[in-house]
Amino acid sequence: MIAIVDYEIGNLYSISKALARLGEEVVITNQAQVIREAEAVVLPGVGSFGKAMENLEKKEIKEAIRENQEDGKSLLGICLGLQLLFEKSQEAPRKKGLSLLPGEVMKLPPTNKIPHIGWNRVYFKKDSPLTQDIPQGRFFYFAHSFYALPEESSMVVGICNYNVVIPALVNQDNIWGLQFHPEKSSVWGMKILENWVRSWKK
Amino acid sequence: MLVKRIIPCLDVKEGKVVKGVHFENIKDVGDPVELARRYEEEGADELIFLDITASYEQRETMIQVAEKVAEVLTIPFTIGGGIGAAGQVANLLKAGADKISINTQAVLKPELITELAEMFGSQCVVVAIDVKRTWDRINRRSYWEVFINGGRTPTGKDALSWAQQVEKLGAGEILLTSMDTDGTQAGYDISLTRKVAERVHLPIIASGGAGKLEHLLAVLREGKADAALVASIFHYRYFSIGEAKAYLQKRGIPVRVED
Repeated sequence: MIAIVDYEIGNLYSISKALARLGEEVVITNQAQVIREAEAVVLPGVGSFGKAMENLEKKEIKEAIRENQEDGKSLLGICLGLQLLFEKSQEAPRKKGLSLLPGEVMKLPPTNKIPHIGWNRVYFKKDSPLTQDIPQGRFFYFAHSFYALPEESSMVVGICNYNVVIPALVNQDNIWGLQFHPEKSSVWGMKILENWVRSWKK
Repeated sequence: MLVKRIIPCLDVKEGKVVKGVHFENIKDVGDPVELARRYEEEGADELIFLDITASYEQRETMIQVAEKVAEVLTIPFTIGGGIGAAGQVANLLKAGADKISINTQAVLKPELITELAEMFGSQCVVVAIDVKRTWDRINRRSYWEVFINGGRTPTGKDALSWAQQVEKLGAGEILLTSMDTDGTQAGYDISLTRKVAERVHLPIIASGGAGKLEHLLAVLREGKADAALVASIFHYRYFSIGEAKAYLQKRGIPVRVED
């Protein structure tokens, strides 16, 4: 069973449908216990950094996510969900992130139109289970104003270019983050989700 | 590099698509789900559904439309029309919509833009602006005036400064419709689109007047729009989305075409 963490706002329906389409059992939940019981967890991307962290702390979801991670279960952060994996964000300077990955979240430079909305090409810097059978330079759908800068460049698997290089796919051990929305990225987005499920499914 | 988007727009009344979309071999031409799926297959970058239902009570049907569409679609979609409260937005997003668009209520209660942006993030708040060139008798000059209530009510607001204001208030995108060109199929209002695009740092979706592929090219190039909203060209099958994108790509406009 895959647990999708519910922040009580925004579109969780699409990601749950996308995973269900792959034949997975999916539960949308804000219960720490359900998250502990899950085989893998999706941290979706809705709302703002500060609000999202508040919700995760209130319901003890933060601890459950950490325990899962120590148990070796896979965690997939999408969009804001990726940003929450890091230590802090310019969006809410006083709020600590989940701090599962070293690095911080920055505002996109003002030389660009913000938000970065639309389809952009993603290039992979190395092979990974999630990028199997996906050629270089495919289009994925982005919708964000902030982006994560990992401390170690070795964590960056995929990038996209928006006058600034945006880490689009990050990974460390069993933690995965996607800055784009795979559930909104047509065929290649579905392929990434399929690859993710395959990466932890026994 | 971020590519220019082509966005088919579907008008929905009481849960059915109106303004007859002419697909061959389609059983129910009014079914939003079937049409959405067709447009995704053809290469649409996203879709917009505009609720033109007159009565307030029947607006609830849009939530069911969103749910059914979200079940099959793997590209983003926006829902607009008659939205004026955060609760409504929460329900539409929960049902699977990626963005909502507000128009009349944004003018009447500008703080709504900020409220929605803070709650759900700017990226899902599209502000639609309906504009008509109007003669200002006092200053003896023409300007672009904002209209609300489906284009029936003039506001006296200048579209350029309103666009700047919605950016400050937290909008994520502007859906800019020229009422002068809308429905004419004679081309988008290039100068309006360009003026707004140069004035704000938000993505601009241009709307109103597309009848030929040249019009798409002009609004994306000279008009500096980030996306083009298209209705008749695709609905009446003058061209497919694939043909439109091939045309644009050949002329140097970056579009999402898998190579």
